[in-house]
Amino acid sequence: MRLLLVGTSHRLAPVEVRERVALDSDGEAALARRLGEGGEAVCLSTCNRTELYLAAADTEVAGERATVELADLGRIPRGELEPYLYRLEQDAAATHLFRVAAGLDSLVPGEGEIQGQVRAAYERGAVGPLLDRLFRHALQTGKRARSETAIGERPASVASAAAALAAQVFGDLSGRELLVVGAGKVGQLAAKHLVSRGAALTVVANRTFDRASALASQFEASAQPLDSVESQLSEADIVVSSTSAREQIVSREQVERALPARKGRPLLLLDLAVPRDLDPAIRELHGSFLFDIDDLQAVVEETLTGRRGEAVRAEEIVAAEGERFRDWLGSLDAVPAIASLRDRAESIRRGELAKASPRLAGLSERERYAVESLTSQIVNKLLHQPIMRLKEAGPGEDGEQRAPEGRLQG
Amino acid sequence: MAELLVWPALLAYGEAAFAYAGDVRSPGRFGRFATWGVRVGWLAQTALLTFQALSADGFPWNSWAGSLNLFVWLVVSAYLIWGCSPRFRLLGLAVMPLAALLLALSYVAGGTEGGSGLAWSDVLLVVHVALVLAAFAGFTVAGGLAALELWQERVLKRRPAGILRLRAPSLVALDRLTIATVAVSLVTLTAGIIPGLARLPESGLDVLVVGTAVLWILGAAILYLRVRAGRRELAAALALGALGAVIVLQLGLLATHVA
Repeated sequence: MRLLLVGTSHRLAPVEVRERVALDSDGEAALARRLGEGGEAVCLSTCNRTELYLAAADTEVAGERATVELADLGRIPRGELEPYLYRLEQDAAATHLFRVAAGLDSLVPGEGEIQGQVRAAYERGAVGPLLDRLFRHALQTGKRARSETAIGERPASVASAAAALAAQVFGDLSGRELLVVGAGKVGQLAAKHLVSRGAALTVVANRTFDRASALASQFEASAQPLDSVESQLSEADIVVSSTSAREQIVSREQVERALPARKGRPLLLLDLAVPRDLDPAIRELHGSFLFDIDDLQAVVEETLTGRRGEAVRAEEIVAAEGERFRDWLGSLDAVPAIASLRDRAESIRRGELAKASPRLAGLSERERYAVESLTSQIVNKLLHQPIMRLKEAGPGEDGEQRAPEGRLQG
Repeated sequence: MAELLVWPALLAYGEAAFAYAGDVRSPGRFGRFATWGVRVGWLAQTALLTFQALSADGFPWNSWAGSLNLFVWLVVSAYLIWGCSPRFRLLGLAVMPLAALLLALSYVAGGTEGGSGLAWSDVLLVVHVALVLAAFAGFTVAGGLAALELWQERVLKRRPAGILRLRAPSLVALDRLTIATVAVSLVTLTAGIIPGLARLPESGLDVLVVGTAVLWILGAAILYLRVRAGRRELAAALALGALGAVIVLQLGLLATHVA
């Protein structure tokens, strides 16, 4: 069995091509089943890539089938699709998957979602010994890269930066009350990140009450008109504002009036709107922390710079793991040769025992067992070194098992 | 024997201080070494104090240098309890160099040898000195936490792009810990002052007694400002002031009181 990857990603294909060969989870499973007949297959499809990992005896045939499947899926003539496809084999395919799982091949280096997507693809795939080992190793590599470097630690979007800042102020966000001003997509996304960290969205205030209700119902919050914001300021811990209003929504005076009732509890205000919703003079007030969109974008930019630096260290981990997998693949290629060597040695042992059987006729059952055991041990000891040499030799350029250098023995 | 135990403690505290400094420059690489430095140093100093207690005729930390030795151990103990974790490495950076320096000072001044000036039978005085020193140690750690809180507050106000790079404890966690530490220290100080009051008619009112009273008032004011008046920042600033008061009391005035 040899390992093959056929796929396309954001590095090679524009979104117009990627979207046509994208698969949902059922599609991934169905295609893996079809391609896995007589071999193994896993389909990994995310918004940035569609990749088919195959284990097959004949990689030419398997690659051909995979290309045809992708062309059919996207209803793209094969000739038009091929420039966007890459084909990698054996350890090159494995190292590519390790990079993918570590987030090194992602648009945002170190993004965490890909690890889950690789796991889901593996679980839906038609896996056998080779792909099972490959994907488990890839998931371990992704985990190692994230735990031993800071590649995935800091936020990479404005919404996640907002959530990280909230954690910087409050620590655990469980039970922290969140007030969202404006029911647009930006505010919704930030609210989602904060809620996923434990914050409770309690109030959505918006000029259009229906839109406030629609968002509030998603989070079991209450909808309020925009002019009720001031009354919420003494209760809320985090305020996310993202209206499209031309005028200011919250003034310095409004926050100042709310602060005494907070008894020293910090108030975090995140202004994601342009033009800004919150009076910049709020920053002058003790106990309130105001971040606008530029502040958050600067945090994200700094994060990405840091992640790129960490990516160098993560690449070293991936390279080391790729090397380990290559060794394992090499030992796999030696299996037929080892089996043949063992069979040959065993048949010689049995033949010699059969020849000697007239001379051994007088032996008791116990003594016969001792002779059997002794000859087996001698054969195993003689074979140990040649087998190790075969495993170390690994596959050659053509993928065939290389002859070990020098003598098999000593 | 004491000599054998002082050096490991000093070296471990020093190593922890350097490791904390390294960890601030390059987060994550030296944190473990710093934590182990604190633990090993604390164990060595605990052994040293135990040896002193067993070998001395009386309470061995009644001298200024001896009390400094005990004070360092109490500060490191409080730090171990409250914050010896990667997120509190900035606090470690403040506490561990101080601990190494004061322990070295105590060693040079003879505070790590046995003392015999105060009989164990003088229970009230032993309890008084031990509790007041424990309270001083608590206020020291609270001051460190408050400094970290005020620094965190400043960073949040300045909004630098690298705000998330230095992974410090959250503002709310620091606030809660500072207040809890001040509360425990105030209770300990109160418990330590009571036996001291019993001796007041014979020992008289001196600067240290006044200083300790000022510290008690500061502690009470911190709790009032934070819990009743909701003045978090002012309370943190006062906690920092209390640390200053402890340094003055410990380094300057205690010499005149117990020497």
